[in-house]
Amino acid sequence: MEYKGGDVGLDGATFNIRPGEFVFLVGSTGSGKSTVMRLLIKEREPTRGTIRVAGRALSEITRRKVPYYRRNIGMVFQDFKLLPNRTVYENVAYALSATGATRKEIRAKVPDILRLTGLSLKLHSYPDQLSGGEQQRVAVARAFVNHPPLLLADEPTGNLDPTTSIGIMQLLYRINRTGTTVLVATHDSHMVDRMRRRVIELSDGAIVRDEAAGLYGQREQTTDEFGQLLTRAELDRLDP
Amino acid sequence: MRFGFFLREATRSLGRNAVPSFAAMASVLVTVLVLGVFIPIVQATTGAANEVREKVLVDVYLKGNATQGDVQRLGTRLREDTPYVGSVQFVSKEQAYEQERKRNPEAYELLGSNPLPDTYRVTPDTPGNVEKLRDALAPTAANGQRAAIDPAIDEVKNRRDDTQKILTATRVVKLSMGVLAILLVLASILLIANTIRLSLFARRREVEVMKLVGATDWFIRWPFIIEGIAMGALGGVLAILLLVVGKIAFLDPLAEDFALIASPDTINFGLLIAILLAASVVVAAAGSGLSLRRFLRV
Repeated sequence: MEYKGGDVGLDGATFNIRPGEFVFLVGSTGSGKSTVMRLLIKEREPTRGTIRVAGRALSEITRRKVPYYRRNIGMVFQDFKLLPNRTVYENVAYALSATGATRKEIRAKVPDILRLTGLSLKLHSYPDQLSGGEQQRVAVARAFVNHPPLLLADEPTGNLDPTTSIGIMQLLYRINRTGTTVLVATHDSHMVDRMRRRVIELSDGAIVRDEAAGLYGQREQTTDEFGQLLTRAELDRLDP
Repeated sequence: MRFGFFLREATRSLGRNAVPSFAAMASVLVTVLVLGVFIPIVQATTGAANEVREKVLVDVYLKGNATQGDVQRLGTRLREDTPYVGSVQFVSKEQAYEQERKRNPEAYELLGSNPLPDTYRVTPDTPGNVEKLRDALAPTAANGQRAAIDPAIDEVKNRRDDTQKILTATRVVKLSMGVLAILLVLASILLIANTIRLSLFARRREVEVMKLVGATDWFIRWPFIIEGIAMGALGGVLAILLLVVGKIAFLDPLAEDFALIASPDTINFGLLIAILLAASVVVAAAGSGLSLRRFLRV
């Protein structure tokens, strides 16, 4: 897939994900993780090749049908993308009403999903009154409120501390256990190493690794890039 | 539920964009006000001109030195010896003077003497024959000038000549008003388009989120369209209120004195209101549509 101006986002990256899988998409910045996400929600069109979701080629979906297709996919982002002037409840309800849900459905579904994500007590808080982890939970709740068969998460823990990240990942894992296919693009090596799920590594738009229960990368126990660790004596000298 | 949702979103946005919304609304107000004032005026003048034209009369002005005998002779000739004549009415110079002085006392006071001639008002047998009647009274001579059939006649005048002048004046008024109205409509459309653009920009995050969760294009567009139409309709309604106040306060008292204002050809006020309201809504919808087409490629 090429961007305007000839920048290549993905080049010959072929992979297959089965329903109900939990897959990490790893790789350095610019390796094509986000491009995979954009292609999957049909925000971009591939210049070559085909993408099939649930057996259906995305190129067959007309522009008018794209919204209906997207209702089957939940999206979670690094920057949450919550609406700042709406409460937690309203944020989730807004997404539901956008898909044409009735008021009755909204009243039934929103408290449910907020309970699942552990936000029952924050119903009427605004996003800026919440911690990063709580905001991301709201985002996950919004993505999952329709119970889509596929959930895409682009760096969901990118802005969060390790402890909070574990909470979010557990939430995604729980969602996965309900049968939803989850695809997580991430830099978070600790999380990938801990969860030991399938890992697809991208580099410059190509797949360089696809392991069933992989690690983030081949462990290199060196600090070569940053030189030798400072000794106690050197530290004392720097900070008298 | 749906409509309620759109309406809530639209009012939310109107409140947040108060200043540009107000500007757009004000421009619609001015546009509608101008249209509302000039549609009846143009109609009334055109109506008046047509009314004059329909009064098909040929005025036969007698010379100032015409004697009583001349008047008698000509009267008989007109009544009995001229084709196409329907009826004849004599207006003596004294009667004419009285009538004119009543209409315009100061001017006639200044004049002192009576400049008006004796006149025969001749109505043709059918309105279509007015030109033939005129030709019969004053046939066109070889040199292109009209010569009257009787030496006592000074001039034979068809009212159509006067009507033509009124119509020309009306045309100028109509044209300039038309240009002004088009410019104002354009300005209103652009102002509304700009306001909607601002509103879109302020809510681009919401639009982005809506697209991601699978809202259809029209679901995203409706609140903006409603916002635009609300601005237009509000401006239109305010302008109409001003027009109603103006009509009651100024026009209705005047209408008793001036035939022009009370002219039956003038547009019905209710119909005028409906037209103006529709115009403001159309203008607003056009403005919103313009913005949405260019800036909301969903």
